[in-house]
Amino acid sequence: MGQTTGMTLAEKIIARAAGQDSVQAGEIVTCRVDLAMIHDSGGPRRVKPVLERLGVKVWDNRKVVVISDHYVPAVDQQSAAILKLTRDWVKDQEIESFYDQQGICHVVLPERGHLKPGMFVVGGDSHSPTGGAFGCYMFGVGATDMAGVLVTGETWIRVPETIRIDWQGTLPHGSSAKDMMLKLCATLGMDGGDYQAVEYTGSTIAGLSMTERMTMSNMAAELGAQAGLIAADGTTSEYIRAAGANPSEGVPFVGDKDATYRVVHEFDASALGPQVAAPDSPANSGPVEEADDTAIDQCYIGACTGAKLEDLRMAAEVLCGRKVASSTRLLIAPASTRVTAAAAADGTLAKLTEAGAILMPSGCGACAGYGAGVLAEGETCMASTARNFKGRMGARSSKVWLGSPYTVAATAVAGRVADPRLFLAENGR
Amino acid sequence: MSRVWKYGDNVDTDLLAPGAYMKGPIEDLAAHCLEAIDLDFAKEVEPGDVIVAGRNFGIGSSREQAAEVLVLLGVTAVIAKSFGGIFYRNAFNLGLLALVADAESDVEAGHELELDPASGTITNKTTGAQIAAEPVPEHLRRIVAAGGLVPYLEQRLEKRS
Repeated sequence: MGQTTGMTLAEKIIARAAGQDSVQAGEIVTCRVDLAMIHDSGGPRRVKPVLERLGVKVWDNRKVVVISDHYVPAVDQQSAAILKLTRDWVKDQEIESFYDQQGICHVVLPERGHLKPGMFVVGGDSHSPTGGAFGCYMFGVGATDMAGVLVTGETWIRVPETIRIDWQGTLPHGSSAKDMMLKLCATLGMDGGDYQAVEYTGSTIAGLSMTERMTMSNMAAELGAQAGLIAADGTTSEYIRAAGANPSEGVPFVGDKDATYRVVHEFDASALGPQVAAPDSPANSGPVEEADDTAIDQCYIGACTGAKLEDLRMAAEVLCGRKVASSTRLLIAPASTRVTAAAAADGTLAKLTEAGAILMPSGCGACAGYGAGVLAEGETCMASTARNFKGRMGARSSKVWLGSPYTVAATAVAGRVADPRLFLAENGR
Repeated sequence: MSRVWKYGDNVDTDLLAPGAYMKGPIEDLAAHCLEAIDLDFAKEVEPGDVIVAGRNFGIGSSREQAAEVLVLLGVTAVIAKSFGGIFYRNAFNLGLLALVADAESDVEAGHELELDPASGTITNKTTGAQIAAEPVPEHLRRIVAAGGLVPYLEQRLEKRS
């Protein structure tokens, strides 16, 4: 045995969950799961038959969180039946934490104090890396994989290598975490993460709020990574305390200085302007000023990626005192009911609705073509969501562009793909 | 023998299992598989057929119906240069063979292939070409042979009792 090197943040969390002193990239280990999160689409309706077939209940009803967010509120008999099945199953399994139509799972989970640093968490949704913003190793799995977790409280994992992404500098006004992620998608590609762990470091990340960090971790999925980690710090503890939980119940691991990384990418945030992704991939991103002057039929501020309180405030900053162009429409689905309440209390909602935005229920909405707000054949949309795959938001020939909430709001005012800095400059900032 | 359907890079889960049909029966979802890029696939694919693709097959959602609809349509394997990580796990869990191989240049749509996942050998019966794939570990081959993780676990439980 040679001299042992230090461990990455990912390796430390996984080693603890595997009950080992250390783990090495490439090794396959079995981990105890601290928390399992499922939603109405991939959750009860898919795992119930498996658990019944095996004749068992969930391994620990206090460690399973169920959140209805995909088919909410019900728009037809099929979605109503899925939501009812979810409620009945929660009762039957005596699940303690159930949030029925309170918002999107990746936002509600931390908002209600469920995530603490150092936890090993499995989510039944591909945007589960969002939990990495809290210093958790959280990743998404399919329903059969999840059924295995619900039966045993364990899962296997191949210890990932870590791709460190270091951001230095202060973001210019009008740019956001979303722009940082679109830049990463364009530079590294949708398989740049290679199902390994991404860890975000640097002064820019340290300066980001928790909800902006959540956007970074969320879109690690668009880099093809398994997890998108940010080491917990004072900002993390403050958020957890405000959520009514005790941050000291967590383990704030930090990667060792001599840990081995597959690669370290360095980026400068101080020169980063707004980015937009053209259809049909987040990797088709580039500076907004280089984008086509495309007319946009619908503007959409929604999803786990782009409708948190801070996202709505960005949109309000652009929309305040302006009107949505008559040639387009602006739909806003706040990421949770708490976000809606906070945005109502601080005047953000009024700025949005006075500009002509249409307020929608909290939930996954149109993001994946499940809920209200889907597109007709040939329509174009500028969205603050994470993915713009072909036909994802509705009809096969519809086209989705991705941008920050600033950019979506600016596009709503212009009726075409627009640079938010023009409007922000007019605001005198 | 398996007939080839060929697609490029980044075939995502939303193409395989479109969101608009996710709440209905799996058979309806299967009928819309890949329709945004190929209207003929779901109608004409036959049991035993395989898909040959480029990089990052199955990137996107955790929805395992993306693999399940392929199984339902009779697809026995996807051969791709690389896979989205969640899809790769889901494929085996649902009984679909996922083979990592750079096969695009040696295979055309309609060609017939013979697969040996244990040794990682793909034989193009139409051209005679041999293509190397990553061998599939035995425990994953057993899961596929059983028809997925759940039937596999059931078989094991039955043997034990």
